[in-house]
Amino acid sequence: MKTIPVSTRVNGDSVEFLCAPEETLLDALRNRLGLTGAKEGCGSGDCGACSVLVDGRLVCACLVLAAEAEGAEIATVEGMAEGERLHPLQRHFIDSAALQCGVCTPGILVAAKALLDHNPDPSDEEVRYWLAGNLCRCTGYDKIVRAVQSAAAEMRGA
Amino acid sequence: MQYERPQSTAEAARLLHGATGPARILAGGTDLIVQMNAGVAEPALVVDIKRIAGLRDIVAEDGGFRIGAAVSCAEMGEHAALAAAWPGIVEGANLIGSTQVQGRATMAGNLCNGSPAADSVPGLVAAGATARIVGPEGERDCPVAEIPAGPGKTTLKPGEFVASFFLPGRPARASDAYLRFIPRTEMDIAVASAAVNLVLAEDGSVAEARVALGAVAPTVRLVDAAGAALVGTRLEEDALEALAKACRDACAPIDDKRGTIEFRTKVAGVLARRAALIAYTRAGGRT
Ligand SMILES: Cc1cc2nc3c(=O)[nH]c(=O)nc-3n(C[C@H](O)[C@H](O)[C@H](O)COP(=O)(O)OP(=O)(O)OC[C@H]3O[C@@H](n4cnc5c(N)ncnc54)[C@H](O)[C@@H]3O)c2cc1C
Ligand code: FES
Ligand code: FES
Repeated sequence: MKTIPVSTRVNGDSVEFLCAPEETLLDALRNRLGLTGAKEGCGSGDCGACSVLVDGRLVCACLVLAAEAEGAEIATVEGMAEGERLHPLQRHFIDSAALQCGVCTPGILVAAKALLDHNPDPSDEEVRYWLAGNLCRCTGYDKIVRAVQSAAAEMRGA
Repeated sequence: MQYERPQSTAEAARLLHGATGPARILAGGTDLIVQMNAGVAEPALVVDIKRIAGLRDIVAEDGGFRIGAAVSCAEMGEHAALAAAWPGIVEGANLIGSTQVQGRATMAGNLCNGSPAADSVPGLVAAGATARIVGPEGERDCPVAEIPAGPGKTTLKPGEFVASFFLPGRPARASDAYLRFIPRTEMDIAVASAAVNLVLAEDGSVAEARVALGAVAPTVRLVDAAGAALVGTRLEEDALEALAKACRDACAPIDDKRGTIEFRTKVAGVLARRAALIAYTRAGGRT
């Protein structure tokens, strides 16, 4: 089988790797680059645990081929904190107990950040629709929505 | 498997033509990569069309719009002029999947995947949209209505693919709408759906009407009798009932756990009525 050389940027750093043609971006991030934040919940686009940004668009990394990342700009949950300083969303998720097992959390953080980057003041309904592709088996979603709203309020300086 | 990323439609056609095993176009991958991950699809060649010049653009053409085959549904929703002219097309495309799926999914993929429940197809059919198809013998234009051939099947010939869609220009008093029924509010497959596209006359009556139904037959159906039931009316109750009846008569649905034949048939008529009223109001008509 032919391997494909890919050169891309992940969380601002230039990265090169070799992948198999049918390999997903999720597998390449986790197994080749050691970025295990994005999780595989389903591998079929249903759960959102693998959410990352590709060229600024929120996508399921399990439904992107690694080879498609050539020349792209990828953002994962690992890029959210600045060193030891957590992103407000990360802090509010911890403070509001918006996670239990945590499997869904990296995907939800990436998705919520993408929402707040283009809509800093969403309604609860907008948060729920935006996150409809991120499944959580533990929290019942309410604490997630509240954590997103309190982080949004802090980020707006409210 | 071989992965290719051509820069032109001609190069893509050459790659498909020269394929020695099963070949698939890759647009957003929200159907294809699901099938590959599940081992259902095992293509020998995957041709990614997202880097082909022009295929990611929405451009004005002859008073209408040309939408490249690699334009994502999210990009359609963000295009203000397109959403204003064809709100029904855009709402169908924007119902597909989650935010994550929206960022990748395309109408061409939705059409060519061949699901009878594909959410963007009834709107395209009701609009009278045409697809520009590129293949080994060059280019041809084909009404979208003629492309679905049954679950998982299209009338595209070997080596052919969709390069773009064309939505015709429309007069001021015209609009469209799409509705689907699903048991939840998001992330589900249509049990029945309806798209209605109307052009009104100066006096506010319906001058032209096209009605298409999804998920109630092996392919999306253009229901001529349903459109005819609306022409010359202002969507009075008897016109709406004639529309609903024509839709029910056109249904040949499956019976499964998501909806019985009886339920899908009834709901198709109800959705057509509601979509007609929405399209009529959007077009500036008053009942
Ligand atoms: C979680 C989830 C939810 C979904 N929800 C919905 C929903 O609500 N409604 C709905 O209708 N669908 C839904 N889908 C299905 C899917 O997202 C849509 O059908 C989507 O529009 C497919 O587009 P794509 O660009 O991703 O197609 P791809 O996966 O890239 O391609 C689909 C098929 O079409 C072929 N193809 C693609 N482009 C072309 C072309 N230009 N010419 C010829 N052949 C082509 C491919 O070879 C493949 O066989 C969902 C999928 C997921 C994963
Ligand atoms: S692992 Fe990608 S959506 Fe579930
Ligand atoms: S915290 Fe367990 S799935 Fe969300």
